[in-house]
Amino acid sequence: MFTLKARRDFSVPVEAECITCDVFSEKSKEEIKSLSIWEGNRRRELGLLFDVKYGGGSDQNETEIRLVGDFGKVRKIGRGMTKGKMVIDGNVGSHLGEEMEGGSIIVRGNAGSWLGSAMKGGRIEIIGNAGDYVSAPYRGSIEGMRDGEIIIHGHAGNEAGNFMRGGLIRIEGNARQFLGIHMRDGTILLLGNSAGRVGAEMLGGRIIVCGQVPEILPTFTIDAVRPSVTVAGNENKKGPFYRFLGDLADNGEGRLFISKPSNPHLSFYEEYL
Amino acid sequence: MDSHLVGSGLARIAVVAAIMSLVIENGFVYDPINKVNGEEIDIFVRDGKIVKEVNKRKARVINASGMVVMPGGVDIHTHIAGAEVNTGRLLRPEDHFRDVEIKTSITRSGVGRSIPSTFTTGYRYARMGYTTAITPSMPPLLARHTHEELDDTPIIDKAAFPLLGDSWFVLEYLQDNRIEECAAYVAWILKATKGYAIKLVNPGGLEAWGFGGNVRDIDDQVPHFSITPREIIRGLCKVNELLGLPHSIHVHTNNLGKPGNYMTALETMKCVEDLADGDKPIIHITHCQFSSFKGSDWRTLRSGAEEIARYVNRHDHVSLDLGQVIFTDTTTMTADGPFQYILHQLSGNKWVNGDVETETSAGIVPFRYRRKSYVHATQWSIGLELALLIDDPWRVFLTTDHPNAGPFTSYPRIVSWLMSKEARKRTLNRISKKARSKSPLESIDREYTFNEIAVVTRAGQARILGLKNKGHLGIGGDGDISIYNIDPQEINPSKQFRSIRRSFEKAAYTIKDGEIVVKNGEVVKSLEGRTFWVNPRVSESLMGSVKQIKQRFQDYYTVQFENYPISESHLAFSSPIQVEASV
Repeated sequence: MFTLKARRDFSVPVEAECITCDVFSEKSKEEIKSLSIWEGNRRRELGLLFDVKYGGGSDQNETEIRLVGDFGKVRKIGRGMTKGKMVIDGNVGSHLGEEMEGGSIIVRGNAGSWLGSAMKGGRIEIIGNAGDYVSAPYRGSIEGMRDGEIIIHGHAGNEAGNFMRGGLIRIEGNARQFLGIHMRDGTILLLGNSAGRVGAEMLGGRIIVCGQVPEILPTFTIDAVRPSVTVAGNENKKGPFYRFLGDLADNGEGRLFISKPSNPHLSFYEEYL
Repeated sequence: MDSHLVGSGLARIAVVAAIMSLVIENGFVYDPINKVNGEEIDIFVRDGKIVKEVNKRKARVINASGMVVMPGGVDIHTHIAGAEVNTGRLLRPEDHFRDVEIKTSITRSGVGRSIPSTFTTGYRYARMGYTTAITPSMPPLLARHTHEELDDTPIIDKAAFPLLGDSWFVLEYLQDNRIEECAAYVAWILKATKGYAIKLVNPGGLEAWGFGGNVRDIDDQVPHFSITPREIIRGLCKVNELLGLPHSIHVHTNNLGKPGNYMTALETMKCVEDLADGDKPIIHITHCQFSSFKGSDWRTLRSGAEEIARYVNRHDHVSLDLGQVIFTDTTTMTADGPFQYILHQLSGNKWVNGDVETETSAGIVPFRYRRKSYVHATQWSIGLELALLIDDPWRVFLTTDHPNAGPFTSYPRIVSWLMSKEARKRTLNRISKKARSKSPLESIDREYTFNEIAVVTRAGQARILGLKNKGHLGIGGDGDISIYNIDPQEINPSKQFRSIRRSFEKAAYTIKDGEIVVKNGEVVKSLEGRTFWVNPRVSESLMGSVKQIKQRFQDYYTVQFENYPISESHLAFSSPIQVEASV
């Protein structure tokens, strides 16, 4: 197991694409220390910014990296990772696990924006909150998250699941606006409340909201009331849920499941059933 | 002011040339214009021009033994600069993100795969051994922007075609049959916008699109005008003749990208048949692949390449370029607003549509061509069928209509498809089954020779464009030379198509104006390229008629008549071509 500690507080963003289990697994401690990292507009060696220790760890066959301290300014950790396990004890910056394909990342703190951007596989778990654009692809691109799992125990920001095409996002706290915007496929489960505009311009996939929703976009139509909904695997959420179809502005076939008990103000939709 | 700058341009050439003369020894030279077919001859360059002999002891000598020597590549149709290209860049940050070029001590940094930034465009062309590229759709009103971007495109020589097929003035002149006055107006526009040839995009259709409509075929009347696309095409073809422009009219046909449109393409070629004088082609059908669809809808789409090729083989007044599809993610951009609207509806992708006052329209839609899509695979097949079924390589040119059917960096791949049946078969085996079963490609045995490749990528294009110093290595030609690391006596292109592709991707040397700009696929020197434009001399009395549009200009335009033209001093390296009009 590798343990990385920040040597000092960073005042400018640090781009650390090289901190992934794939890169570390093939290198010695000395080689890891000499990896190149950008701090602002300066190119630095990893060893200059972080203390690297090797030792401990449970499984010798799996590369494990532990990051200790505040990594809130450090971006792109775990980019393109395909294997191994990473644990971050503290906050982490944006683009964590960008285009990740496998392995797992656990953050015992908060994560920045663009968490799991365009992810293709693997698992990311955040004990704290996440920023905006969870799983969203790069600006302009429509190639969103394809597979894998993102679990956020806290809250999520705006536009979580932007252009999502597969996989699961589970948010146990609240989510801000535009949850699942442009969604094509996959599942988003929100246990807390939404700030509204759920599923705008979605073409497919499912969004399940167990908490409150201020209103449903007018381009969604009510379809049914379902007693329960299966999330993924064996997990089943008891409802009942209002099921809406949309976004009809884009001839979408996405489905919203909105908890009936949490949203009594939506009961007027039942007239249209 | 103008003459001063022309002077400084000439001085610059002289400075460049004084530095060195150059000898290229022992290469296998392919120079189709001078009928040199793979012979080992030496090429001498002095003062940026090909000469008969130089003093070898004072010259830099390149030993090209075991290599192919060709004139610098010429691209007749590539969207590399201007308003729509730049809007495409704005629309597609994700295109830049995937492809970044870091600056070196010689080159600037840049981004972009399908729509590279200006500097990167120049470098990438030079790396492939191309030294001339023409941007084919410049709205006259936005000429200033286009030329500013061309000025920032290094190394390669450039030109731009102004869009004239839907200009209100042109439509008015032609509907009243005032051909000579129209010629004077076109001469004025070419001079005002520093343009090179007459470009027509969906003639009449773009004007209709300004009101949400389109034209159905070449005999459909343009709304608000008493004129049909046929009359516009014929009219501008006559104007082209009267002005004696170096290139023919450059036509993007009506109904482009719609099943069944091969009939429209054939009609377009036929409609000027009687105007041909037998000397050289009088109409160029551009990205013909997009105009060769047979069938009544997308499900029944078939290739119309055979019919087009049969017609072109029998008539020598037509030339065309391919618009070959590459299976990749790219950006489509044309002045054909209604076509782009259809493409947006088909693909559901983000889009931009624009209207340029009384002149033209524009549209941009990102697009991915997929192997497994029946329609895309059929389009891929159509492009190659055209190239292989048209007998005369001097009238069919290799393009992708960059970036519409694929980025220009894929040209080496197309070269390998043209030179190798096996390369075609490999791709054929990976495309949609339905498309494969209907494609006649498997039954076509033709494989291009190096000489034919030199024709379709440089010599033929230069000749059709009327660029007398380009596309050949005869005495007096420009010192634009590309050298590829392929030994034509050793290699078997039909089997070793991968080596062919790799060699054409990275030129061993690219020489521009007698200077080595690329060595082993890396840019070693950055020069400023010329901008060619045509300055037709029309009789004084006729030019007077153009002044009459001044009042109308006030009614039609947001720009004053006096502010509309761009001066020669606006071009970084102006290279006007004087032509004597016959009116």
